Amino acid sequence: MKSVTKAYRPISWPMKGSGGDTGSWRTHRPVVDHNLCNKCQFCWVYCPEAVIDRIEITIDYTYCKGCGVCAEECPTGAISMVNEEEE
Amino acid sequence: MATSIKKLPDIEQVLSGNGACGGCPATMALRIVGKALGTNAIMLLTPSCSVASMGMTPKLGYNWPCINITFASAGSSASGITHALEIMKEKGRLEGELPTVFSWVGDGGTYDIGFQALSAAAERNDNIIHFCYNNEAYSNTGVQRSGATPRGTYTTTTPSGKRQPKKNMALLMLEHNIPYVATATVAYPGDLYDKVVKAKNTPGMKYIEILAPCYLGWQFDMAETVQLSRMAVRSGAWLLWEAENGKISFNSPSSNIISGKKAAEPVDEYLMKQGRFKRLLQGSDASQRIAEIQGDIDQQIAFMRERAKINI
Repeated sequence: MKSVTKAYRPISWPMKGSGGDTGSWRTHRPVVDHNLCNKCQFCWVYCPEAVIDRIEITIDYTYCKGCGVCAEECPTGAISMVNEEEE
Repeated sequence: MATSIKKLPDIEQVLSGNGACGGCPATMALRIVGKALGTNAIMLLTPSCSVASMGMTPKLGYNWPCINITFASAGSSASGITHALEIMKEKGRLEGELPTVFSWVGDGGTYDIGFQALSAAAERNDNIIHFCYNNEAYSNTGVQRSGATPRGTYTTTTPSGKRQPKKNMALLMLEHNIPYVATATVAYPGDLYDKVVKAKNTPGMKYIEILAPCYLGWQFDMAETVQLSRMAVRSGAWLLWEAENGKISFNSPSSNIISGKKAAEPVDEYLMKQGRFKRLLQGSDASQRIAEIQGDIDQQIAFMRERAKINI
């Protein structure tokens, strides 16, 4: 019997983007104002999607679903939600 | 004192771009659980939103070996795996530290369908962690009532409000005499992290229940997931406690409510934020319905306060 290659086994492997580029689901985009940010990391810990960098406080827009939890939880108001259609 | 946010480890076990809804409390909680458990673990999933969130083959959204099992078998499957690992270690086929076996199950798979197998695993005291992420309904199939749904809640199977109170599952698990039981919620990540670390380092059966406010099922704005979780604790609708070897201790801020240092906030604001309650609180019987829900909460607080005094 021919050996089955890794790609054809009915097994999934851990990797990013298992639901596709989920950034396309977004209607509002979180934007960080680094002048107001005090690096408390609340946005990082509450992000359900793990798209926020802990040190730099930057957001990976490829996968961010735009739920707005980070903006809601930010104690200094440094994150605001911007409509995707308003460029 | 709970671990501060800045001291949580960097490790990410929930990978970006999975299939969960935006603002999903289950992946939010699972991230913190992943930080506590590390990579050396085996995950079991019964049918729930978390299975749908895994994404599509050949990609997987969680960085653990995951096994999808039948709805009723969370307890028995986890028991089988942990026994197999122990025997492999005994026969010398496995070296190093044994992986943590944990099941990640919704409230349907814990309170209702999976209860029999879970109860049996608890009675055998098998070395597993059972996580119940409790969104108080069968949200994955379109929000039907479950044993965890509180009184007065709108679901698709209780259109005029559920008439029965929810059951206290964590206390039921405690009565199985297992070494560790805890309740947590997504708004207090440091508290959740500490509890999972404690569970990981305790041999035997562990049960951790996490309140997960699901914005679809509870009908609120998805950005307010953490707010709702916090309001549930502050109003006393959800109590944070842990029990090591049967001794119950309450965690802040629930400890203040239990000791009477700070009164629980009235439940009205918490109810009015959620469409599942609010839509049934428009008529003339609204105050009576709120009083009923408040009565259930007060009764639970009073009961848990007295129950914690039993240390035999």
